[in-house]
Amino acid sequence: MPASTELANKQAYHPQDRKSLWKRLKQQKLLMLMSIPFLVYVIIFAYVPLYGWMMAFQNYKPGSSMLNNEWVGWSNFTELFQDDAFLRVIQNTLAMSVINLVFGFVSSIALALMLNEVRKIFFKRFVQTISYLPHFISWVVAANLIMNMLSIDGIINKVLVSLHVIKEPIMWLSEPHYFWWIIGSSNVWKEIGWSAIIYLAAMTMIDPSLYEAASIDGAGRFRKIFHITLPGIRSIIVILLIMNIGHILDAGFEQQYLLQTPMVVDYAETIDIFVLKYGINLSRFSFATAAGIFKTVISVVLLLAANRMAKRMGQERLF
Amino acid sequence: MSAWTASAGRTRRSMGDVVFDIVNMALLLLLLVVTLYPILNTIAVSFNQASDTVRDSTFLWPRKFTTLNYSTLFQDGVLFHAFFVSVARTLIGTATSVFCTAMLAYTISRKEYALRKPISFIFVFTMYFSGGLIPTYMLIKNLQLNGTFWVYIIPGLVGAFNLIVMRSFMEGLPESLVESAQIDGANHFTIFIKIILPLSMPVLATVALFVAVGQWNSWFDTFLYNSSNIDLSTLQYELMKKLQSANMSVGGSAESAFANSKNVQANIVTPASIRAAITIVATVPIVIVYPFLQKYFVTGLTLGGVKE
Repeated sequence: MPASTELANKQAYHPQDRKSLWKRLKQQKLLMLMSIPFLVYVIIFAYVPLYGWMMAFQNYKPGSSMLNNEWVGWSNFTELFQDDAFLRVIQNTLAMSVINLVFGFVSSIALALMLNEVRKIFFKRFVQTISYLPHFISWVVAANLIMNMLSIDGIINKVLVSLHVIKEPIMWLSEPHYFWWIIGSSNVWKEIGWSAIIYLAAMTMIDPSLYEAASIDGAGRFRKIFHITLPGIRSIIVILLIMNIGHILDAGFEQQYLLQTPMVVDYAETIDIFVLKYGINLSRFSFATAAGIFKTVISVVLLLAANRMAKRMGQERLF
Repeated sequence: MSAWTASAGRTRRSMGDVVFDIVNMALLLLLLVVTLYPILNTIAVSFNQASDTVRDSTFLWPRKFTTLNYSTLFQDGVLFHAFFVSVARTLIGTATSVFCTAMLAYTISRKEYALRKPISFIFVFTMYFSGGLIPTYMLIKNLQLNGTFWVYIIPGLVGAFNLIVMRSFMEGLPESLVESAQIDGANHFTIFIKIILPLSMPVLATVALFVAVGQWNSWFDTFLYNSSNIDLSTLQYELMKKLQSANMSVGGSAESAFANSKNVQANIVTPASIRAAITIVATVPIVIVYPFLQKYFVTGLTLGGVKE
């Protein structure tokens, strides 16, 4: 049928015949109708807020238009870095991020390795299914569970006392110097199974003949893990590391916000909580926006740096 | 994985191998206990008589069984209403988000589409760069979305990650399906509805799970935009308020801050027992849903993670 072939030819895309953009767009009215509204949507909800960054360089007064505010240059930023509270908040954020990063990586890779060594498929599936259950639980629920476990008559205290590790119950959530580690551990509890999925998937891609060859050469289980499995998932580890480095100032918000008690506030506040506190609670919009911008800019710089480093090391990279 | 173990033969299953397996299994069992115990314990507390829980901590089983904690919870008008708001936002939010994300993903999976690259880029960019809390908050206020139900639905309608996961899946579908439908005279919308959507069930289920869990678990938007409007409160936000009041008084009488319920004086329920019940109510829908969708999301996640 010549008519339909002509139609098909018209709609098929040949990069060679560089039709003018307009011609193509005219033919693609329906595709445009199906997508342009979302383009408008994302511009409003993701890009218009970037315009709000102007606030950081102004002395914004709630209720006024952003165009006729007093411009103050960098003074919000200088004030930020003279603020002891902000410096402490950066310190907290970095500390908890690094703990989360290290704990998260080590634990999920370890879990993936352990699951990969299980020969009983049923047991493996069962452990896996249970291990990523907490990922789907909200932080509110998780914080409730964690609080119960760590309470004065909670299971942690009961076990530690009965094992004579501690003499009397500790109020874990009221002790400032435990807080970072509680955040790190609860993160592991919640995300270990979920983050292990991707490593396990990568492990199934490893050529089984490598293991056979190693067995013939007399390699034990640990040798196979260190010389075959781990190198086999190296590229995925690097990718995830890069992605996580971009999030190094994202220590989290919910966990800290939900688990903090008045006694540990100095160790619990992250940049995000700081922004919330100054921006929403105290209505210091310009100051809080400056703190938010600082966070975003550092994150993007770190992401780009990590990406470049990965490129130089000859590893796979993000973009 | 069993390929090399099978070829390992009889003598290779050494003592060290057996010990390795035992230690490995034991550690994994420990992980199971650590993961499940907090949840099971909370279930036990939620079904245990509050006065009994105060006296001595429960472990895995309620000592004095009661459903009073739950009935108190559902007699509380605010909590009951919040439960329905949570259900509504989860259902409506998931349906609209999955449909819109899929439709957009279909258009940018069409290789001939002129705006394919720019649209993809504009969305991917949002994964690394965002306006941040305060500008977003101001935007929502300026759009007068705060104080409405739609603040739960509209801002999260199409997310970049889900979009990319769907696009990758749709690009993997055979091109000839679309071509032959076009020859038969179907337009893109018909092709999307009749051909692509049914074939994309695995990825739709994955994204639906992500969105539904996000919707159900969310409390921060309620906190920011609807905290003064009790009619739009959500279950997670109510639970969060109870948690906060317990935290503020952590230490001595941890639970004195909760005085809403008239049952407290009679010591029939305590804040802790109510909190346990809400915690379970807030968890159960997820535990019910996720085994059904589980077979899909591993593929979905791997796809998204590796491609992006």
